[in-house]
Amino acid sequence: MTEMSRTDTGKAVRKLLLIAVGMFGFGFAMVPLYDLVCEVTGLNGKTGDQYISDGAEVVDEDRLVTIQFLANNNANMPWEFRPAVRSMKVNPGKMSYAEFYVKNVTGETMVAQAVPSVTPFHAAEYMHKTECFCFEQQQLAEGEDLDMPLRFIIDSNLPKDVKTLTLSYTLFDITDRTDALASAR
Amino acid sequence: MSAVIEEHHHDDHHHGPDKGIMRWVFTTNHKDIGTLYLWFSFTMFLTGGVLALGIRAELFQPGMQIVTPEFFNQLTTMHGLIMVFGAVMPAFVGLANWLIPMQIGAPDMALPRMNNYSFWILPFAFGMLGATFFSEAGAPNFGWTFYAPLSTTYAPDSVTFFIFAVHLMGISSIMGSINIIVTILNLRAPNMRLMDMPLFVWTWLITAYLLLAVMPVLAGVVTMMLMDIHFGTAFFNAAGGGDPVLFQHVFWFFGHPEVYIMILPAFGIVSAIIPTFARKRLFGYDSMVYATASIAFLSFIVWAHHMFTVGIPIAGELYFMYATMLIAVPTGVKVFNWVATMWQGSMTFETPMLFAIAFVILFTIGGFSGLMLAITPVDFQYHDTYFVVAHFHYVLVPGSIFSLMAAVYYWLPKWTGNMYNETLGKTHFWLSFIGVNVTFFPQHFIGLAGMPRRIPDYALQFADWNMVSSMGAFLFGFSQLLFLFIIIQTIRGGKPATDKVWEGAHGLEWTVPSPAPYHTFSTPPADMKEAHG
Repeated sequence: MTEMSRTDTGKAVRKLLLIAVGMFGFGFAMVPLYDLVCEVTGLNGKTGDQYISDGAEVVDEDRLVTIQFLANNNANMPWEFRPAVRSMKVNPGKMSYAEFYVKNVTGETMVAQAVPSVTPFHAAEYMHKTECFCFEQQQLAEGEDLDMPLRFIIDSNLPKDVKTLTLSYTLFDITDRTDALASAR
Repeated sequence: MSAVIEEHHHDDHHHGPDKGIMRWVFTTNHKDIGTLYLWFSFTMFLTGGVLALGIRAELFQPGMQIVTPEFFNQLTTMHGLIMVFGAVMPAFVGLANWLIPMQIGAPDMALPRMNNYSFWILPFAFGMLGATFFSEAGAPNFGWTFYAPLSTTYAPDSVTFFIFAVHLMGISSIMGSINIIVTILNLRAPNMRLMDMPLFVWTWLITAYLLLAVMPVLAGVVTMMLMDIHFGTAFFNAAGGGDPVLFQHVFWFFGHPEVYIMILPAFGIVSAIIPTFARKRLFGYDSMVYATASIAFLSFIVWAHHMFTVGIPIAGELYFMYATMLIAVPTGVKVFNWVATMWQGSMTFETPMLFAIAFVILFTIGGFSGLMLAITPVDFQYHDTYFVVAHFHYVLVPGSIFSLMAAVYYWLPKWTGNMYNETLGKTHFWLSFIGVNVTFFPQHFIGLAGMPRRIPDYALQFADWNMVSSMGAFLFGFSQLLFLFIIIQTIRGGKPATDKVWEGAHGLEWTVPSPAPYHTFSTPPADMKEAHG
């Protein structure tokens, strides 16, 4: 008997369709939303994009944090991939440098992409990378090798309970994807 | 089934159904479409059941006997998809079509032509999905939850058929739910208030809103898969900057409301049947409505309890654990109300009542194992074991499916004008009851002992209970042929049913003749005293 229960059918259908279309859009909106949540919470150990140092970082000389480096190959990725050093001790606020060695052991030119992840997750947002091979795709010809650079600053605000921080890279074979993209263009 | 309606005497100024097959193709009559939905879902129930028996036959003994591991994966995937989207959901829509207009005193659904479309999409969707079995790539093999990258990077080529089939099912469900909402809001008898509506109508109204909110999200997630597979995007591909865990979030944002879509109408059915055979009014009608709405709301904010083991921060795990446990409160209200309705009632135990009581008991068991799974630390052990399989089969089979069987026995006399054979009905109930428990209860044990789900072979220590479970499954499966027999027998004849059918029945559908004429409530009813039980 209420007013709402006796609106005309066409109007009600249009309203309900709008909900459906809106929820379809919401499904896609979950993609950037998810990235945002991951960035805020450091979920999945996602690290941010390239960090531009303003030179104002305070170096905490009294504190040493152990950084461990891991290099993994995804699924069928055949390249040789390893960090130059397994771990290092750094002062928060100080620019540090590390290298990862990579070699294309196959007989053809391939393209790779490294994806980083930091554990513990809540430390991810304190890992500032000013230069990282993970920002770019790596194309290596047959048998070619490379020392890939990584420059980073650990934020001095890193929570006190974090004494060891693991930075893990997974190397993906994206040759097919780049081919597909190139031919799509 | 055509005999159901053709035999009745209708008023001269109302046209009856067309003759022949075209009646079913072009029909816009809510009863015809309800019948189509119910037969379709029963066909899918038997199809999915055959796949389940394939699974149980392979698991009868350890070692590989009957199927290849690859085909086993196709069996589990297609069993899940067919049962969820082909059997349970369309069966509830079929009941909604048959009952909602009669329960609210409306002449038909608000959008009869769209109603026809939303049904006829389904056979094509499932034809397309089922056809993948005969393709070179084989059927989808990535589980009914189709987690990326199993369903993207590593999927068989048939995945595209799966994606379009899901699109079609989504379109069908969205059209169906729009139709149901508009019918309930616009076509109620003039003096029927919302709080006069039977609980089956209430639960369907809320379910329809859930469908409308989450089926588009499902469509969205399969669209993202489609783009990842064919158009070079990387929603779920880490190599391109995407994230497979994102898939799980989007999927379960759909998936958790989906499980309530499959149980809320069951609550409505049981809330109609128990008062009838307890010969009392439903205890706590208002609280039933509010509990249903609360469950629907909570379903949107608990999805990550399916993903405790993917690596969620401790605060997130705690939140999703407590929020999930909160659902036990409104659900407990419902179970309490059903028990209180039976309390000191003058009970008789006809087949619908047996199924309804079994529903209350066995669904509650499924609810309790759900509570156990909600406890994050123990979920780390239970995750992806047969304990999970036991849990969701307890809420889906003796939950949703038993409520559907109860509904068929309860309303079949109204639909056909004939009483079913009570002895056979009770036989069907006891065979099903024993079969279900023998099948699924042992799965709790093997799950707690650590047997993973979705595996074609298993370690020897799980052998005994798997054998018991398989025997139960064959008992339950073949019992459903008796169900089919009883339905056909009732359609073809039997003791004529009275208009009221059941002594204690309340509701407008019992005021029309049995069998229900092709057109009912062309003029709306006036008396709302009996509208709900």
